[in-house]
Amino acid sequence: MSNRSIDRASLAEQAPKKRTFKIASAGSIAAKSYLGLIYTLLYLPIIVLVVMSFNKSKIGYNWGGFSLKWYESLFNNQAMLDAFWHSIVLGLVAATVSTLIGTLTALALHRYNFRGKGLLNGLLFVLMMSPEIVLAISLLALFLLIGLQLGFVSLLLAHITFCLPFVVITVFARLSSLDERLMEAARDLGASESTMVRTVLIPVILPAVLAGWLLAFTLSLDDVVVSTFMTGPSYEILPLRIYSMVRVGLKPEVNAIGTLLLAASLILVIISQLLLRRR
Amino acid sequence: MAGFNASNKSPFRTATLWLIWGWLLIFALLPNILVIAVSFLSRDSSAFISLPVSIDSYVRMIDPLYFDVFVHSLWMAGITTVLCLLLGYPFAWIVSKAKARWQPLLMMMLILPFWTNSLVRTYALKLLFANNGLINKALLAVGMIDAPIDILYTQGAVIAGLTYLLFPFMVLPLYAVFTDLRNDMLLASQDLGATKTQTFWHVILPLTTPGIISGVLLVLLPAMGMFYVADILGGSRNLLVGNIIKNQFLDARDWPFGAAASVLLTLAMAVLLLAYRASSRRIGKTDFNEVA
Repeated sequence: MSNRSIDRASLAEQAPKKRTFKIASAGSIAAKSYLGLIYTLLYLPIIVLVVMSFNKSKIGYNWGGFSLKWYESLFNNQAMLDAFWHSIVLGLVAATVSTLIGTLTALALHRYNFRGKGLLNGLLFVLMMSPEIVLAISLLALFLLIGLQLGFVSLLLAHITFCLPFVVITVFARLSSLDERLMEAARDLGASESTMVRTVLIPVILPAVLAGWLLAFTLSLDDVVVSTFMTGPSYEILPLRIYSMVRVGLKPEVNAIGTLLLAASLILVIISQLLLRRR
Repeated sequence: MAGFNASNKSPFRTATLWLIWGWLLIFALLPNILVIAVSFLSRDSSAFISLPVSIDSYVRMIDPLYFDVFVHSLWMAGITTVLCLLLGYPFAWIVSKAKARWQPLLMMMLILPFWTNSLVRTYALKLLFANNGLINKALLAVGMIDAPIDILYTQGAVIAGLTYLLFPFMVLPLYAVFTDLRNDMLLASQDLGATKTQTFWHVILPLTTPGIISGVLLVLLPAMGMFYVADILGGSRNLLVGNIIKNQFLDARDWPFGAAASVLLTLAMAVLLLAYRASSRRIGKTDFNEVA
């Protein structure tokens, strides 16, 4: 419906002599309202969640006045707090290890030609595309075979594995846009290999590395599917705690924790975007 | 791409390659081989899996008991994919035609929800869909219905939830192909006398096919696996392949059957990947790794 209407905006910005392909002449109002509709649908549930987290009444969706009591009960919920810290620790370690391995891999893929490079690329790509549940049960089979107790270690290994390809891609993208002349200039000016890495390469890729780290951290914090299979009784993490709460019914505390998570990821996104934009 | 250090003997190179190959072999390739092996074993009530080798697990999938669940699951995932495509195609097109300085912001606003916890967002939908939720309230208020309608725990709720969560994954690859779409191709088509409909079917659609296929790949596969969406929004009758696999592994303890279902999911992925590669080769794109 809106396909017809997309062109007035782009016509206006083109120089008058440059012809643009026009789908139809319906103004851009339809296009704008279509975008508006989609964004409304995307954000409506989130807004409702945030508003409800400050709602005094427990049952139903009547507005019972502003209240912070769900946040209060959240901070008195020891199991929830434990799960939260477990998730943070897991996310920090998983993101850090996968960023280390992923960055090294991206550098190797960029700098070297080696046998099986295409295969390595392909493996990473397939790993990224694989349905999470396939990865989850395959790792479960592996860990039971080698007799690894499910808990922190199994969660960590699994999270590193599914974060890896995303870090590689983020860093590799940055390396691909790297101007090789910077390196040549450094070499011509007499920089040693280590000086070059320290003063040219690392500053250039650092924003992408940090963005990759943040992406990995978010992926780890968000994961339900893989973690469901990797968790043991000794180490409960936040998404699984939330999952067991929301399966049975509506829990107002979940509105509060959800709002806090939204705020946290919003901050992380803004940081990572600022990092990636800095050129 | 030779890089600035072509020395092939550096310890850095050796260590890195060992590390990544080791990791991928142990935590990606080997586990998958294990799953394939398990799918061809038999179930043993005490040890979970045992010999003899059999294809029973695959045969059982045709059993009406499971077959109907599979078909229903595929149906919901398929509808989700079609919905994402129908909604996402014009969306990506419009954004790609917006003023250049607005595009990053528009895409950012699309990706923002993707960065936030998907479980929490699924739960947020529950708030909307419940009998006394916002949708029923709004419909009652405007007088379109007299009594609350059941939205939660229906097939529609699962489809809506999956579409909501996966929509950005459809738009991202579509947006990429639309920004690559060259205006002169479209003008050429126009100058050669094609109508707008003809240009769409014969130029725009074929050129955006790789984007469509990779969007389908990014939506269809997760849509089959996101068992928590079906759990929270769908009730017991609207299961996804992911729920079946999870139940077989964690509750029913029938590993061979769960593994067989997972192998089929992997095969579906392989078929889609090959289709994607074929379509991007056909229109002269290079290797699919570049898009990744």
